[in-house]
Amino acid sequence: MRKISAAWWFLAPALLVLGVFFLLPVLAGLALSLTDYDLYALADLRNLRFVGLHNYWELLHRPEFWAALGHTLYFVIVGVPLSLLASLGAALLLNSPLSKARAFFRTALFAPVVTTVVAVAVIWRYLFNPKYGMVNFVLGHFGIAPVDWLGDPHWAMPMIILFAVWKNFGYNMIILLAGLQAIPQELYEAARIDGASVWRQFRHITLPSLAPILLMVGILTVSGYFQLFAEPYVITEGGPLQSTESVLYLMYDEGFKWWNMGTASAVAFLLFVLMFAVTAAMWRAGEARESLT
Amino acid sequence: MSARAAAWWINGALVVATALALFPLAWMLSVSFMQPGTASSLPPPLLPAHPTLGNYHELFAHAGMGRYFLNSVFIATSITLLSLACNTLAGYAFAKLRFAGREKLFGMLVGGLVIPAQVAMLPLFLLLKYVGLVNTYAGVILPGTATVFGIVGIFLVRQYARTIPDDLLEAARVDGAGEARIFLQIVLPLLKPILVTLAVLTFLTAWNDFMWPLIVLTGQQHYTLPVGLASLSREHVQDFELMMAGAVITVLPVLLLFLALQRYYLRGLLLGSVKG
Repeated sequence: MRKISAAWWFLAPALLVLGVFFLLPVLAGLALSLTDYDLYALADLRNLRFVGLHNYWELLHRPEFWAALGHTLYFVIVGVPLSLLASLGAALLLNSPLSKARAFFRTALFAPVVTTVVAVAVIWRYLFNPKYGMVNFVLGHFGIAPVDWLGDPHWAMPMIILFAVWKNFGYNMIILLAGLQAIPQELYEAARIDGASVWRQFRHITLPSLAPILLMVGILTVSGYFQLFAEPYVITEGGPLQSTESVLYLMYDEGFKWWNMGTASAVAFLLFVLMFAVTAAMWRAGEARESLT
Repeated sequence: MSARAAAWWINGALVVATALALFPLAWMLSVSFMQPGTASSLPPPLLPAHPTLGNYHELFAHAGMGRYFLNSVFIATSITLLSLACNTLAGYAFAKLRFAGREKLFGMLVGGLVIPAQVAMLPLFLLLKYVGLVNTYAGVILPGTATVFGIVGIFLVRQYARTIPDDLLEAARVDGAGEARIFLQIVLPLLKPILVTLAVLTFLTAWNDFMWPLIVLTGQQHYTLPVGLASLSREHVQDFELMMAGAVITVLPVLLLFLALQRYYLRGLLLGSVKG
């Protein structure tokens, strides 16, 4: 009996903090999304009305929401595969028995991960400055005309995707490297004796062994990339022509610029549902593949 | 292809990748020492012609960067200490103490990981507004304790604490030691490696955190470095030298901390990724 009560004393601080500052707000957010909480309600709670699913209904009919969703999906669909490719490439290079000074390269390649998004976003704005930036200067040497990275709606999102790849690839690189190191060397030796090429070894040994880790890393990266916010906030302020306004940016503007807290909550929950559906589908697809082999 | 040529290709590719990874950071450092206005020239200068500390002086003397720096140190340290205390106690309880509904409760916590923190932000802001914590240190620290590394932290401690032999704890109980004393004198020293890991991870994440501090800190006096830098960068769009110095001040502490403790950091990253 004494032990039972002791356990709850140990749990109390964490559960209290998580309950008050996470669980309670999440539930309240669901309730909030069913109200018309706005500036008037902020001033006087008596102005608050229950509106059912009206916020959701209205959002689904708003072009801004679909535009923000489109930009976010663009970022996820292009950015995640590119990030994973960069991570996998770097991990393969580091794992090669021919590579030298591995500890140094590993640390250097990982360095962007620990940096502050806002600070490196500020650097990015300079690097991609259309007039004085290093990127256009280098491109100019290859005969490519200056690209208006910050002012052209077609080029702003690719620039942000490059940013995300540069900033994040090191994280998955470390995890994939650990996965590569766990593959038994005998498999490769047997394949070499059979005369399998490097590509065939990669295709038939490395990739299948890495599949579960790739799936997990992919799911985590997708859910991370859905939460795009700080990058466009600092680099482009959502522009040009709202071309980099993400779903969370819309939530931020609705909630904390216009004080439409009800609508903003509905945006947050729609994003949550979408993230959940996409990652669950990836999980299912991964399990189905695994049961096939 | 001979092994020698392959070695050249592989190491060459690593050098190029490393150069791409580090160039923006190196250039940031270099430009931060340039005279105001000199970075806006063609070709883009790689090194300062006349190095100066003027940008740093300007940031600390007139832009309030010193204040933001101290705010960041205070906030990140507080979140780290509080979250470490909560997570260690809870992680140990989930690993080693028996109570009704333990696995169920733990499963619910892990399930909570799928909920993005932003879902909680709007109501949290209203909650803090009604209790008067908007634009205070506590308004960043308390929610940060829950969301920056809350559930993952409990998970990491639990994984690690499971390796503590039950006999050790039972023997102490037979000797009449209370649960608090067992925790402080036996468990805590054994958990030390994971505590260092968790402290580094939490501190770096709290330091870099942006969206919640941006929302809840409405006045400059409480700004953290990322929030302050974002606000400055909107005023000084063309002052590259000044902004690079601001970026250095924001990034350098976490980079150095990482370099000093990277063994612990990377271990935590790998432990955290094998959840489930």
